[in-house]
Amino acid sequence: MVMSWIWSGILAVSLLCAGILGRGRELGAAVLQGAQSGVTLAVSMAGSICLWSGVGNLMDHAGLTELLSRLLRPVLRRLFPSSRTDSLLRQHLSANICANILGLGNAATPMGILAAKRLADPARPGLATDELCRLIVLNTASIQLIPGNVAAVRASLGSASPFDILPAVWVTSICSAGLGVTAAWLLGKVWRHD
Amino acid sequence: MTDYLVPVLLLAAALLALHRRENAYDLLLSGAADGLKLLVSIVPALILLLTAVTMLRASGAMELLGQYLAPVFHFFGIPPETIMLVLVRPMSGSAALAVGAELMASYGPDSQIGRTAAVMLGSTETTFYTISVYFGAAGIRKTRYTVPAALFADFVGFLMASWTVRFLSS
Repeated sequence: MVMSWIWSGILAVSLLCAGILGRGRELGAAVLQGAQSGVTLAVSMAGSICLWSGVGNLMDHAGLTELLSRLLRPVLRRLFPSSRTDSLLRQHLSANICANILGLGNAATPMGILAAKRLADPARPGLATDELCRLIVLNTASIQLIPGNVAAVRASLGSASPFDILPAVWVTSICSAGLGVTAAWLLGKVWRHD
Repeated sequence: MTDYLVPVLLLAAALLALHRRENAYDLLLSGAADGLKLLVSIVPALILLLTAVTMLRASGAMELLGQYLAPVFHFFGIPPETIMLVLVRPMSGSAALAVGAELMASYGPDSQIGRTAAVMLGSTETTFYTISVYFGAAGIRKTRYTVPAALFADFVGFLMASWTVRFLSS
């Protein structure tokens, strides 16, 4: 339903602005240009998306997930103290975070949901616990090693080196995830359960 | 440096899989087939949303919006051209991809604005979608500080994307 409102809203704003600014001809031409560019983009991205999806699957089975979860264990223990005693929760959490890092979005969400259910406090149903808030903030701040989709778009538009944004993406991801979790931790101190 | 990174990663993943006696090629194939399914599932949304975004840009609405918000964006060092991307990113992943692709196409994928858009897309998530999926599944109604903290993380992402592109990639 949200998308229906966004769609109608964008069209209404476009029509209004084009009317005021006298850009009717451009607006009319844009309708089919836009639709066409959607197909062009999808076709030119297809190769890279399929390749990266395949590589993600390969990395998962090649043992990179296990390696990553071993590396992440100290961090997870600090962020989610309940995982020290709950081994199933530990597995779900590390599977969720590793899938995010490897860019396996389809695998990350179900694992994250399992972890979220275990982190919810049965004594206080409906209330987000501090650890649950932290998990969600971590999931909303993308921590992806190889952003394949974005590289695919860049490649399709003729970029000289589609992957040269990687260092910038890593620095940005670490800062936003780190500061996001810090903000959640600080807010958790003052924003008590009501 | 980054030129060799991806080919080396490809080889390393294949060798690791072979070392574990996994059928590397079949794993690549099945993953690629999943990728194709994913692509097919987002194509209709991509077409509709690129239509909407192209219309919005042609109408001059972006320039109008830019005039009002540009001082705020300049203050933080975020290119004002990315306003639409910043506004859409937390709400819809495919719309953000459409807006970002449109930015990269009009300014060039290797331009500063094109790069900033790419880093923004690559290092942030569809925040509101993620929050609704997780809290919906876990049956949470009192979300406390999750939304402000997640939006703060997004803001840091947009800020750092603009700064890292300016300082890291020449």
